[in-house]
Amino acid sequence: MAELDKTRTEVGVPDDWTYASAPESRDIVHLADRYGYYIGGEWLEPAETYETIAPRDEEPLAAVGQGTPDDVGRAVVAAREAFADGWSSLPGSERAKYLFRIARLLQERSREFAVLESLNGGKPIKESRDVDLPLAAAHFFYYAGWADKLEYAFPNRRPRPVGVAGQIIPWNFPLLMLAWKIAPALACGNTVVLKPAETTPLTALLFCDVLRQAELPPGVVNIVTGDGRTGAAIVEHEDVDKIAFTGSTEVGKAIQRHVAGTGKKLTLELGGKAANIVFDDAALDQAVEGIVNGIYFNQGHVCCAGSRLFVQESIYEPLVAKLERRLTTLRVGDPLDKNTDVGAINSAAQLEKIRELVASGVEEGAEIYQPPCVLPEKGYWFAPTVFTNVAQSYRIAQEEIFGPVLSVLTFRTPEEAVEKANNTPYGLSAGVWTEKGSRILWMAQRLRAGVVWANTFNRFDPGSPFGGYKESGFGREGGRHGLEPYLRFDE
Amino acid sequence: MAQAPALPAGFELPLEARLPRIGAVDAVALEERAASLAKRSIKREAKVLALLLAIRTTDLTTLEGSDTPGKAAAIASKALRPDPSDPSLPSCAAVCVYPNLVPAVRERVAGTSVKVAAVATGFPSGQYPTAVKVADVRATVELGADEIDMVIDRGAFLSGRYAKVYDEIVQVKEACGDAHLKVILETGELGTYDNVRRATLLSIAAGADFVKTSTGKIAPAATLPVALCMLEAIRDVYEETGRRVGFKAAGGIRQAKQAIQHLVLVHETLGSEWLTPQLYRLGASSLLNDILMQLRKERTGAYQSGDYFTLD
Repeated sequence: MAELDKTRTEVGVPDDWTYASAPESRDIVHLADRYGYYIGGEWLEPAETYETIAPRDEEPLAAVGQGTPDDVGRAVVAAREAFADGWSSLPGSERAKYLFRIARLLQERSREFAVLESLNGGKPIKESRDVDLPLAAAHFFYYAGWADKLEYAFPNRRPRPVGVAGQIIPWNFPLLMLAWKIAPALACGNTVVLKPAETTPLTALLFCDVLRQAELPPGVVNIVTGDGRTGAAIVEHEDVDKIAFTGSTEVGKAIQRHVAGTGKKLTLELGGKAANIVFDDAALDQAVEGIVNGIYFNQGHVCCAGSRLFVQESIYEPLVAKLERRLTTLRVGDPLDKNTDVGAINSAAQLEKIRELVASGVEEGAEIYQPPCVLPEKGYWFAPTVFTNVAQSYRIAQEEIFGPVLSVLTFRTPEEAVEKANNTPYGLSAGVWTEKGSRILWMAQRLRAGVVWANTFNRFDPGSPFGGYKESGFGREGGRHGLEPYLRFDE
Repeated sequence: MAQAPALPAGFELPLEARLPRIGAVDAVALEERAASLAKRSIKREAKVLALLLAIRTTDLTTLEGSDTPGKAAAIASKALRPDPSDPSLPSCAAVCVYPNLVPAVRERVAGTSVKVAAVATGFPSGQYPTAVKVADVRATVELGADEIDMVIDRGAFLSGRYAKVYDEIVQVKEACGDAHLKVILETGELGTYDNVRRATLLSIAAGADFVKTSTGKIAPAATLPVALCMLEAIRDVYEETGRRVGFKAAGGIRQAKQAIQHLVLVHETLGSEWLTPQLYRLGASSLLNDILMQLRKERTGAYQSGDYFTLD
């Protein structure tokens, strides 16, 4: 055997191992130049359009219709006809078949939808792929299961559909919010006029193709795009029986004022300023993951985001140190890159709002931390931000920012944590981090929030009801509770 | 970082003045984090770099009753030059064998960067009197081992006799002399992540240079959540005391893809600083050929048959 070469050169390792870009291909998405309204199973040409863009680089994606009251009127007529023309009297088991079909089609086409969702909305592909799409399909599967069991869900109350539901959804989870709205409405035998958010209409428009594939009867689901004016036209239309709105508290209040006295049913899912409460016995590294997931998930564009972090004073320093270190590993960038953790801010207007509130935080005296990260020049971007030294009276501790901005506050005792957490006009969600089971239950009883997560955050399931206290709205979506807003009862 | 107010019962040990709080581990969230890191997409030049790094940090291992000097020498040659067709590839970090095979490996790797590692202390069970374990280590070091992979006494640990585990590690460390000490926790037998974290901190407090997941004789072994749990403990020690402790993932890592996932875990938990053979090791045997196959694929664009890679 020949003598081995024993003087080997060491292969140097670069100081930093940078991941090569790993973009998800967008070839799977085929966009039209122009989209109309999906009314009565057909595409109607819009009179006026606007451009919808990709927030990552402001690339124009397609022209979509700016729905007028007349367009909304046509959609409501189509929905009313479909309601009267058989959909409302169809046996539940038959309605379920359509919903199951839609769910399966969403699963089959999930990659296409995920790419489009990230393109039009700016959220990281890993989130649209692993969260938005699986949950949207799960909602249709879940409510398909209820369609023929409504009498068992509400025994002796003779549940019947409400009629035409007008649904207005936000831009943070465009397809998922569509699923939250449409699935229970159809399961209960209603027909729908839905308006996707102004900045994110494309997955809703692609969803119309799923409806076509599922052979849903024409007029059962109608989609009209446009801005707030289109939404107002839906709210104001006389022949709409039920309004479901997810969005800002300000708009929600306006809707509530308008609907008052009309007999229309109403559910509102509005803003939030959730408290994420970490006790000193919590598993710290996992709590840090939960805090990060709570506020930087979907760039903080989450109504139930854990935007107020309450830390027990005895662990304040190590926890903040761990959190800031963790922020340096967040990968901010192209939403279509599979390794991106934080994507683009949804719109110029939202970016402006975030900047304004962050500036107010600095001005009021809070200490700002942002990890070093290079933001792309084009598009709408904001670095993950942590504010420490925040007082309960600062605007950043009171107002919903709806961006990747966390305010850190402290507390000393469980009583104080509850008191501070509840001291907000909102009440959508809360998080509790502790190893002590009894304390979780004690806290959950006292926190005035629709959802209380224990040792986790931002976890959703179609079987679990979601909704708010106080100015976070009323009515529940998800679970058996989510059926009720779409039903009338003979009592 | 604040010092822990409460240590678990039975944990009264002569720990260093300042150690991170023992704390708790949440299993659900830990597994979730590990799973999300496993989804990192490592492509092209980043993948090649990771594969080369995996070779450089591998402890090429054979731990069989049937091992002979010939087999050990063959493994040593492979560690020195993993792919005869590509002399530009780096050597492995070490060869890991039973004590009796140390001289055979020593002879082959002397004068190179490849270290000789040997398992000791009644590997793999550790169910022997302390004196026997210490004698085992002394003899192994005398045979020429650069690194000692010891096992902790899981029987003592699980019955709450933490002090015995601690004292044993201290004695073994002393017996090692200049040899590097890797402490194997055998996480598959510890039952909970809380125990994994405790055993990690205990071993570090007692003087471990490295903490290592498993013997390779028990499944599950080096799962991603276990690795993450240990890396987080190492990070806490570093942040608290400035001391850098190494980590070795061993057992069940057979594919290049798994190795990359482990490297991502280290990269995003401790940073690039830990990605050197001085602070990170992968214990494996069949892994190496899969890495070579992946590297050849990156170079030529096609997967080659297994017959083009040596079996040693």
